[in-house]
Amino acid sequence: MLPSNRSLSGALQQKGINRRRFLKFCSLMTATLALPPRYVAQVAAALEKARKPVLVWLQFQDCAGNSESILRSGHPTVLEVVLDLFSWEYHELVMAGAGHQAEAALERVVREEKGKFIAVVEGAVPLADDGVYCTVGGRTALHIARHVCPNAAATIAAGACAWDGGLVAASPNPTGAVGISEAVPEATVINLGGCPQNPVNTAAVLVHYLTFGQLPALDQFNRPLFAYGRIIHDQCERRAHYDAGRYVQEWDDEGHRRGWCLYKMGCKGPQATFNCPSVRWNDGTSWPVKAGHGCLACASHRFWDTRSPFYDRLPTVPGFGADVTAGEIGLGITAAVAGATVVHGIASAVRDRMRTMPPASSPSVSNEPPRKA
Amino acid sequence: MARIVVDPVTRIEGHLRIEAEVNGGAVSDAWSSGTMFRGIEMILRGRDPREAWIWTQRICGVCTTVHALTSVRAVEDALGIEVPENASLIRNIIGASQYVQDHVIHFYHLHALDWVDVTLALKADPGKTSQLAESISPWPKSSRDYFKAIQDRVKALVESKQLSLFSSGYWGHPAYHLPPEANLLAVAHYVEALEFQRDYIRIHAVLGGKNPHLQTYLVGGMSTAMNPDEPQATINPERITFLAELASKAQAFVDQVYIPDVLAVAGFYRDWFGRGEGLGNFLSYGDFPQGGIKDPSRFYLQRGAIFNHDLSKVHPVDPANVTEYVTHSWYDYSDGDQNGKHPYQGETSPKYTGPKPPFEHLEVDQKYSWLKAPRYQDHAMEVGPLSRMLVAYASGHAEVKAAVDGILAKLNAPATALFSTLGRIAARAIEAHVMAGQVSKWVAELGGKLGHGDLRVHNGDKWDPDTWPKEAKGFGFHEAPRGSLGHWVQIEDKKIKNYQCVVPTTWNAGPRDGKGQRGAYEASLLKTPIADPERPVEILRTIHSFDPCLACAVHVVDAQGRRYVVPWVR
Repeated sequence: MLPSNRSLSGALQQKGINRRRFLKFCSLMTATLALPPRYVAQVAAALEKARKPVLVWLQFQDCAGNSESILRSGHPTVLEVVLDLFSWEYHELVMAGAGHQAEAALERVVREEKGKFIAVVEGAVPLADDGVYCTVGGRTALHIARHVCPNAAATIAAGACAWDGGLVAASPNPTGAVGISEAVPEATVINLGGCPQNPVNTAAVLVHYLTFGQLPALDQFNRPLFAYGRIIHDQCERRAHYDAGRYVQEWDDEGHRRGWCLYKMGCKGPQATFNCPSVRWNDGTSWPVKAGHGCLACASHRFWDTRSPFYDRLPTVPGFGADVTAGEIGLGITAAVAGATVVHGIASAVRDRMRTMPPASSPSVSNEPPRKA
Repeated sequence: MARIVVDPVTRIEGHLRIEAEVNGGAVSDAWSSGTMFRGIEMILRGRDPREAWIWTQRICGVCTTVHALTSVRAVEDALGIEVPENASLIRNIIGASQYVQDHVIHFYHLHALDWVDVTLALKADPGKTSQLAESISPWPKSSRDYFKAIQDRVKALVESKQLSLFSSGYWGHPAYHLPPEANLLAVAHYVEALEFQRDYIRIHAVLGGKNPHLQTYLVGGMSTAMNPDEPQATINPERITFLAELASKAQAFVDQVYIPDVLAVAGFYRDWFGRGEGLGNFLSYGDFPQGGIKDPSRFYLQRGAIFNHDLSKVHPVDPANVTEYVTHSWYDYSDGDQNGKHPYQGETSPKYTGPKPPFEHLEVDQKYSWLKAPRYQDHAMEVGPLSRMLVAYASGHAEVKAAVDGILAKLNAPATALFSTLGRIAARAIEAHVMAGQVSKWVAELGGKLGHGDLRVHNGDKWDPDTWPKEAKGFGFHEAPRGSLGHWVQIEDKKIKNYQCVVPTTWNAGPRDGKGQRGAYEASLLKTPIADPERPVEILRTIHSFDPCLACAVHVVDAQGRRYVVPWVR
């Protein structure tokens, strides 16, 4: 731990991070966490008091996409997260040490920081065949997870694979892969679904923990409500087109070029919760729907099996202003609004038809592509 | 004789284990083992081929985008789909910017700490560091005060006794040769490169929606609709300007920071032009179409193979000559494990026969890896930037030839010096320079198309699966940053019947084959001097020079459609 006379704010200033930048970072964090502005001061105060907690990042059956994602963190920057907010002592992708020096670094944390450090897990844990499908230093992922995670103050499951097994656990799940809370039930786990996790959310969870000494409010999947509490469809910049019945009918048609709704191209936004449309990616530059492709619902439970085929149109969609909450979607109550949806789907299709004036011979109400230019 | 084990090999993607025998202070033999297996190709069976790219992209989040591109190309090949020129251009921009991004991250964040002793930066004189920086580059961030601030930051870190990622390095190892000022310069650029990669990759955010794991590929083209008059369009004049700015900043960073740093580091480690040589066989599928995927003669980077260090002849490459062995891999072939199989005939039934974990050593005379051993015409081949640059150089590629000759002149080294650990590093930097320039050119070309109203990004003729034949099969390829990547797909009744990937790191990190030929990593480690077996930084230098990506390397597909079981065998 840091000597007791050193604070984070002091440490940041020594490292050339001035107070204005620090406060900007705090206000971004409070905004992401959906806290009232007055909390800026509280977050700042808490961070100034904080000593650098230790963090270890474990990689199991992973693609390192979540590690890469955190490398793209902008506010705070990855350097601030890794050097200033935390002492980031184990992370195979980027750590200096290798081999048994690396293993010793992890052991030291488990031994000396017991109950105080944060563990981040990326990737699934294979249970089949005594775990031979993933070993590090000759030990299985399960062995390491059971050794590290119960000793952590909290374990963050970063990305879909660490949450619920993700792609690795998709049917037929060849290696018996599971998420970290199933592999190590005694660990305190917060799940940050997404493929990958969005670094804005991960940073916000870490800062929340530093500020309040506890994890943020969670939903039924132990995901933070601030990030997973709202339906993508409700936050989507193309929502007005949906409401007005303006749909992309085929890739690269006139509607596609004008940024219309992607629902008919298989977008899963109406059955997905995430703050993707508001925080976006890569310093707020874009997100998939802005880039012209439907949402995959990558932050939804077991999305690889439950939301694919990805180009099939959702059978049921909440209608105009249907008062459906993210929690209800999570609980699978979407069917309750199916009636409204069908009505809206037809109504909007009819409006759409009137607007785009397809050939009169077109037999279908919902499948009439305006031919591209 | 001592057996060294490095596991985990860190600062790579994925799970790699190296075992090496040391005799008389040098490596006498080595074994490379991939220790993680997921079975992604098996998970693909029965799914919609149009979404295979979404799944295969998750093979790797470091090499994000590369499996997506290769997958859509495989399905397009199977179904006979030609993509519009704009889609091809956008794919080239994404692919080339991935080179620049990956190579910069590799040099600074995955490789530099093998050559740079961070703690020595504390002993540097910031004024002299400034002079050093200004003597090798016009890069503006070079003042004494700038380096002093970086040094203070390192000092604060060291004094806190919380060294974070740097806590377990081989600091003080006698194999570190840089003077303190060069160490401080490198630490400063480590930090700058972190900022660079975060900023630059917004090219992928614009054209891919996000990075990692871009989400704009489509079988038939791209989803990035173009519209010169629509602020909401994914590609419009404002976005082109933004892409052009990012591309130009990257060229400056590569030319004024990355390349001068590679030259400076190489100058202090010239021994490493004579180490890590490896196989001497190099393969490139070629890539970056400029007039259709079917015409390799017009690819920006050439297709070809070089055997036995002979740069006077570039051999033609036919992917039909690729086979994979499992003799030393934890799989069984139904007709015996001694012969290789082409990916279309490939079969995989995993059968772990290694030691029961936790274990100390692998049984390296038996099976010892989850990686298969790919071969080209039964030759072990090296793939990656060095292979591509050698093939391009030997084929007379004007830009590559100029860049290679320029770098070699500055290093006062002959072309044969490229067959080495430092040669891989130099080739990667040269490639980043050349491809950073291509990003700018292709963005300008795309802007021109937008201006002339050529807006097509997707060919939807075969989007509807009802238009497909009952059976089809196709091959997709890409020269990914780490080397030659191939996907083979078989489609039946609108679904994936079989899917196979032969991946760059499988070529490089794979184990021995049925004839006992070593893989590229194994061969490259031979004769490497080891000063301190407890801290084998020399092994890391050569292995890291390949830029390993193990998540990519391990695959399985069950070609016969059998459900497999994994008997516990010891």
